[in-house]
Amino acid sequence: MTGEVPAYGSLRDRLASILIGGSAVLAVLLFFVVRGYAAQVAQEGQDSILSASVSSILDAAVLRDGAIELDFPYASLSMLSTASDDRVFYAIYEDGTLLSGYGDLGDTPAVAGDARTFASLDYDAATVRVATASRTLIGADRPRRVTVRVAQTQDALAETLNQISRNVAMFGLGFFALATVLAYWATSTTIGQLSRLTTSVTRRGPQDLSPFLKPVPREMVPLVGSLNTLMVRLEHSLKQSEDFIVEAAHRVRTPLATVRSYAEATFQRVQEPENRTALRAMMRAIDESSRAAGQLLDHAMVTFRAENLEREEITLDAMLRDLVERMTPIAEMRDVTLRLDSDGPAVLRGDAVLLQNAFRNLIDNALKYAPVDTAITVRIRATPQLSVDVIDEGRGFSPDEIDILATRFVRGHDAEGHIGSGLGLTIAKDVATAHDGTMVLSNTQKGGACVTLRF
Amino acid sequence: MKYLLVEDNLELAHAICARIGLDGHMVDHAQTIGDAVDFARIGAYDLILLDIMLPDGDGRSFLKQHRAENNDTPVIVLTARSQVSDRISMLDLGADDYVTKPFDHAELQARCRAVLRRKNGTAQPTTRIGDVEFDPVGGYLTVKGTTLNLRNRELRLLELLINARGQVFSKQSLVDRLFSYDDDVSENAIEVYIGRLRKHLEGSAVQIVTLRGLGYRLDHDG
Repeated sequence: MTGEVPAYGSLRDRLASILIGGSAVLAVLLFFVVRGYAAQVAQEGQDSILSASVSSILDAAVLRDGAIELDFPYASLSMLSTASDDRVFYAIYEDGTLLSGYGDLGDTPAVAGDARTFASLDYDAATVRVATASRTLIGADRPRRVTVRVAQTQDALAETLNQISRNVAMFGLGFFALATVLAYWATSTTIGQLSRLTTSVTRRGPQDLSPFLKPVPREMVPLVGSLNTLMVRLEHSLKQSEDFIVEAAHRVRTPLATVRSYAEATFQRVQEPENRTALRAMMRAIDESSRAAGQLLDHAMVTFRAENLEREEITLDAMLRDLVERMTPIAEMRDVTLRLDSDGPAVLRGDAVLLQNAFRNLIDNALKYAPVDTAITVRIRATPQLSVDVIDEGRGFSPDEIDILATRFVRGHDAEGHIGSGLGLTIAKDVATAHDGTMVLSNTQKGGACVTLRF
Repeated sequence: MKYLLVEDNLELAHAICARIGLDGHMVDHAQTIGDAVDFARIGAYDLILLDIMLPDGDGRSFLKQHRAENNDTPVIVLTARSQVSDRISMLDLGADDYVTKPFDHAELQARCRAVLRRKNGTAQPTTRIGDVEFDPVGGYLTVKGTTLNLRNRELRLLELLINARGQVFSKQSLVDRLFSYDDDVSENAIEVYIGRLRKHLEGSAVQIVTLRGLGYRLDHDG
């Protein structure tokens, strides 16, 4: 019985995707934050140099003879030199009028205000950073306001930023990779607990309904708890139906046995043919019904156990010796000899109950059809392939029926006069199939029937 | 032979007793495990037939007590189930064999015989008539010092005739005893077995005589 359960998503996938998705978002966030911070720091660096440059130019401005004289040192601009050969622009205004430099470098500054300002703007096909500062010179007639503006392209800055971005990206990727590995590890340890429980459930035999006692993580306790409750209920109801079957069998078979015993005792005493015929029919009907019931139960049991095959090591020759010994009294009753022919220990991994049932049915069949004073041979061959033959010295299978005899409820045409349900060969065949084996029907050279189970 | 039957169903018990009595054996009947334990302690039984479901417990508990008392009288269980697992647990507890209800008495007899043979004997000694010695359990017939192993039907036929020496058996009654009701045999089949036994007994103190129109009888000198 394999229960098909519809699957909806996967806990493992869900857990893994949440963890991996989260770490991806974190990695991207980290990248932008670090890069933004780095850009800010780099900008502040450029701004302070620009500011120093502007200051040094402003410091050089003097008022001489009512005119502004500004002879700024070379260092004022050279301090701005970078590895990327960034271009530097400057402009000097007196009271809003351009004295020297690039007049188109931004708006004309306002006269008033003393604040030092920084701005980024596009100039000459590049982005430049502009620092502006003013200083008021007190002259004899009136104060003069000198404004100095220095600008620099941002190639070096961009270069530095790129480098930082690359490093941060590498770091982010590394973080992401590590987080992914951790996510997988965390997922498998969590799911592993579930898998272990699943394994211990599936590894159980069909008869094992004992509760799970191994400690499980706290979150799984309710699940295992309800599983155990289910087991208890299942065991209880199985036990109940088993008891019911036993009780029912007892209640039905005991009166049948009474009837049969009386019929047999009476049969020995009465002489009139019609009475004898009636009693014979009675005994036959009882035997028929009890045998049919037995075989139907056997067949149901075989079907059930074959689907949940429990394999253990079985010494086939010992099992068959036991079986032959048990069936010998019945064989003797009919003056039939039951022989076991074994070429050594034959070991098979399988279900003892099933195998015993199959062989009992085969020997039973052979006993039914074997003529008086003949022998039935149970032959076990361990090599080259493990096989068991049950051979009688009767009339054999009729060739046109040999293919259909193993079908459920089919009986041979010479079955008349023999009690049976037609399930014996079916049971044997089902058992062989459950053990990955085959059943072959054939006739011996002397004409007897031979049933071979190969494993 | 002496049997103890442990069976709570009175009807079935009567039927079994009647049938076993027909073969000339003695049967005591106990209805509960308690009675059965007492009976088994006192009576010297050759065999115990035990029903597995009894009013005061499981037949298995009787087996346990029985074996605990070192009583080695063979036990054949009468069960309503034929499941192998059930059988194994009963054999583990010391049952010697089992038959499934409803059972054929010929099969029960055959199983009893097999169990007794395996257990090596019975309280009943072998029958000795003149120079003929007959062991019904082992299946041996010794005639003038020569021991023969009898086939099952020969054995049962001889047992029947010897146990009721001097009594006349019709062919029909012999067929009924020797063959299953289901075996399609004519009365002539009996002649074959009588013929074989006569050959075995040739020149001994025991003869099987034919009474025309009546049947057969076992006679013996002395």
